Parts: sequence; C-alpha cells; structure tokens
Amino acid sequence: MVFLLQLIVSGLVIGGVYALVALGFVLIYKASDVINFAQGEFLLIGAHLALTFLLVFNLPFIPAVLGALTVAVVLGAAVERVVLRPLIGEPIISMIMATIGLSSALRGLLQVFWGTETRTFPNIFPQDAINLGGVVVSQVYLWSLGIALVLLALFSFFFKRSIMGIAMRATADDQQAALSMGISVKVAFAVTWALAAAISTVGGVLLGNINGVNISLAHFGLKVLPVVILGGLDSIPGAIVGGFIIGILENLAGGYLDPLLGGGVKEVAPFIILVLILMLKPYGLFGKQVIERV
Amino acid sequence: MTRVWSRGAHHTGRPSMLTLNNVEVMYDNVILVLKGMSMAVPQGKIVALLGSNGAGKSTTLKAISGLLKAEDGAVTDGDINFEGQRIDNQSADAIVRRGIFQVMEGRRVFEHLTTEENLLAGSYIRRDRQNIKRDLSLVYDYFPQLMKLQKRTAGYLSGGEQQMLAIGRGLMARPKLLLLDEPSLGLSPLLVREIFEIIRRINQEEKTTILLVEQSATMALGIADYGYIMENGKIVLEGTAEKLRDNEDVKEFYLGLTEVGKKKSYREVKHYKRRKRWLS
Ligand SMILES: Nc1ncnc2c1ncn2[C@@H]1O[C@H](COP(=O)(O)OP(=O)(O)OP(=O)(O)O)[C@@H](O)[C@H]1O
Ligand SMILES: [Mg+2]
Repeated sequence: MVFLLQLIVSGLVIGGVYALVALGFVLIYKASDVINFAQGEFLLIGAHLALTFLLVFNLPFIPAVLGALTVAVVLGAAVERVVLRPLIGEPIISMIMATIGLSSALRGLLQVFWGTETRTFPNIFPQDAINLGGVVVSQVYLWSLGIALVLLALFSFFFKRSIMGIAMRATADDQQAALSMGISVKVAFAVTWALAAAISTVGGVLLGNINGVNISLAHFGLKVLPVVILGGLDSIPGAIVGGFIIGILENLAGGYLDPLLGGGVKEVAPFIILVLILMLKPYGLFGKQVIERV
Repeated sequence: MTRVWSRGAHHTGRPSMLTLNNVEVMYDNVILVLKGMSMAVPQGKIVALLGSNGAGKSTTLKAISGLLKAEDGAVTDGDINFEGQRIDNQSADAIVRRGIFQVMEGRRVFEHLTTEENLLAGSYIRRDRQNIKRDLSLVYDYFPQLMKLQKRTAGYLSGGEQQMLAIGRGLMARPKLLLLDEPSLGLSPLLVREIFEIIRRINQEEKTTILLVEQSATMALGIADYGYIMENGKIVLEGTAEKLRDNEDVKEFYLGLTEVGKKKSYREVKHYKRRKRWLS
C-alpha cells in the first residue's frame, strides 16, 4: 500500500512537470499547428539560464528564475520572429522542419556556452524528506508539484478569462476573423512563443533541481510528446490531465512491471497507453473535434 | 487634417465619415476587382451597398477594413478616407482601433469559443475594460436569444444565432462605423426582418454609422438612408433609398418586382430600356 502511494506521489510530481512542458507544446500547436521539436532545448536553456543567474551572478533563487524567465521570453519571441514568421503561409511541414533545425542549432549553442557536463542546482528547497502517513516524500518533490500546480492554474485562468488569452484562442480558431477584431496575429504568435519559452524554463528549473542539468533534460522535451497527443494536441486541459495520467501510469508500470519483466517497461509504458487511447479517441482525450453542424 | 468632401457628401451637405475615391483593388497583383470605386458614408446614416454575386461588395468592405492585405489584395489606386484621414495604407488592427469594424460575410464566429468569449474577443481593442460588463448586457438586450447561450460553444449555435453573435461581437468593439457583409445570408425571411430591425435600432440608439452590404435590395433599402448599386467593380447607380426603391430598373432587377426572367445585369436592363425608348 505504501509502495503504491509512493509510486503515485512520484508519478504526480513528474506528471506535473510533464503537464508544464506539454502545455508549452500545446500553446504553439494550438496557435499555429506547429509541433515544436525544439521544446526540449527550451527546457535546457531555461535551466542553464537560471543556473547562470544563480551561480555566476550570485542572485538569490527567485530573482535568478525571474532573470531566466525574462531572457527566455525574449528568446521565445525572437525565435518566432526570426525562424517561424518568415515561414507563415508556407506548408506546415516546413515550419516543423524549421523547429527541428532550430533544435540542433540551439543544442550546438548550448554546448558552446555551457559545455556538456552535468551542472547541479545548489540546494534551494529544503532537503529533508517528510513523512505523509507512511509515505516518505522528499520536499523537493512537493515543492515541484506545488509550483507546477500553481502555474497550471495560472495558465488555465489566463486562457479562460484574460482578454489576451481569449484573443489567442480566437486566433487559433480563425486568423482572419481574429484580425477583423483588431487582434494582431503577429502579436498573438509572439506571445505564444514567449509563453512557451517561459513555461519551459520553469519546467527546466524544476526538473534540473531533481535530476541535474544536462542533455537528458532536452530529451525530456520529446518524452512529453505522448502526453500531448494523449491529451489532444490542442487542448490545454488535455495537456494537464495527460501529464498526470502518463506520470502516474509510467511510475506504476515501472514499480510493478519492471521487476517482473526485467526493466524497460517504464520507458515504453507511455507509448503503449498512447496507442490504446488513440484507438478509442483519435483526437486524444480532450482534442478539438471538427465541429460539423447539420 | 483636412476634411474630405466628396461627391457622396452632397446628399447630406455634411462632410462624410468615410469616402472612397476612385479606388482600385487588385488581388495577387493581377486580378483587378475594384475599378474606380467611389462612394461616401455620412456620419450617423445607414448606407446600403447592393450588387449581385462577384460585383466586388465584400472586396470593397475589406479594402475599407484593411482585411484585404491578409488575402494578398491591395488598394493600387485611389484613396480611402475615414474622418479626414487616409486609412488605405494602414494595418487592419490599426483600422479597428480607429473605430471601423467589419462583420465578415458568413458570420465567422470562433467555433470553439463560447458565445460570451466570442463577444469578449470583439472587445479586444477596448481600453475602457470597466465598461465591458455593461456592454455585454447591452448586446444581450439587443439579442435576448444569446443570453441563454452564453456558455454554449459557438460552433453549435444555429445560423441565425451565429449571425446575431457576429453582429453582437461587432457591437462589443463600440465602433463608429460598422461594416455588415450580407447579414441576411442563409437566414429565413422572418429572421432577416428581425435582424434588420435590430440593425436599425443599433444605428439609432448607439449612433453607429452603418455600411450594409446586401444582395437582396428590398430589405436593405427598407432600413437604409442612401444606397449604392455596384456592378463589376464600380458604382453604377446611387441615390436615396426612397428614390432607389422607386427606380424602375432597380425594381425590375434587384427588387424582383417584375416577372422572373433570365438573369440580366443591371447594365443590360438599362440598355434594353434605352433601346425601347429609342424605338418607341
Ligand atoms: N482573395 C481573392 N483572390 C482573388 N480573387 C478574389 C479574392 N476574393 C475575391 N476575388 C474575386 O473578386 C471578385 C469580387 O469578389 P467579392 O467577394 O468582392 O464579391 P461580392 O460582391 O462580395 O460577391 P458575393 O455577393 O458573392 O459575396 C470575384 O470575381 C472574386 O472571384
Ligand atoms: Mg461578398
């Protein structure tokens, strides 16, 4: 029982981070039908930036993260402006190819600036584990989960209630109609990329705190793909629910099946779940269906 | 700024809010669609722009609102002035901010947003956010049906409800000039009458100037003060709504008051009449 709870709790934590990263994907996909293959690099850059502000500029944690966020937002908007905007109107596949190119380019730059060594965060969150009715959880995990949840709530609120959030969803629905309301598609796209970069930075910092900062962070960006497809590529609630489902199921599979089958199930589990769900719901759990009225 | 007086202003004796002078529009740098289009919309009035399929009515509205640029179209000659300033070289969002709002043909509601979110999207350019709640209830006053559909996904509304939503969305921007592109499209005659009545009320109660594009002239001339008839990219006839309603040619071709004949253009009707007069 305790073992089960233990697995669920770590599943929730990792699921929260999955959800954040998935949200970054979804934002961009929703706005422009583009799958951003450079999402993983955004995570890694975010983590490195925060570390740099923390260790090189000796800022306290919160200002360091705010600094990293600021740079990430500028970077995200710049990527949109320089890489994606010239391709507006070209086939979607060209844009997707561009993000693959971007991914390699960013990875190269990352190595130039920060090398390939694993960098570790100084202890930011309290380290001692706490005992929740028999389940022992490290506080880093709880903090990560808490921060992820707060951010997810903020984003949901932003898209549901704020005028900019509504404008961005409107643009995703019908660009020309959005333009007729005075919504600048350029602004909406720039904000999308800036937000995706910001949210990836937070994801990168949280994960980096748990696992250290190295290239595996960038791979995490792609591991999230099943989450997004599961939730429905264009659904914000889908990204959140999908993140938690995959996080928990992956941990359960790892905990119970790995010992029986000799390992590896944890890594495959998300993809198996994905295939099963897509067979039942081709648009993902929450994906936008094409509305047809008769 | 110089006030622009143009030929269209003569019917009011006041400077017009909007004027088009010999506007030429091309799509994709080759397809010439507007060929010297001139018209004027005086402040506070309802002006109808009539014409058959492909005459260039929607293109005219898009030239005014700047949406043309999103379709690879451009004003290649002439000018468009709004409140004394040239707008044909401005971006669509800048033009909305100036107070011109186009309700596009075919309703174009945001299908995956709710009714209320659609209305809020219409208020995007507003700076006075504190008045948005009040204006939402204003829209629900004009369109009571929308009230109970607030949380409904707009894609599932009926055609009539979507048209009301599209106009309501325009109201939320509080424009000075509302451009309506075929609000009667695909609606039952009863519903068209209802919507036209609301358009008339909006004009009177909100003091919103309206440029109304329609194919069916009867209803449009019923609420308009002045009308233009366009064909093949330019205006071929204009006059007060009353005069146009009484005009024999308009009656015959646009109001369908004579027996149903083969499709003729307004010009052909005119030629035919002239010839008849010559002969008799
Ligand atoms: N984006 C475009 N690219 C090229 N040609 C276009 C474009 N939009 C319209 N046209 C052409 O311009 C002409 C006028 O079209 P427009 O839509 O303005 O007509 P309309 O008077 O609104 O017709 P309807 O009553 O059918 O809506 C048509 O011949 C049309 O084919
Ligand atoms: Mg049209």
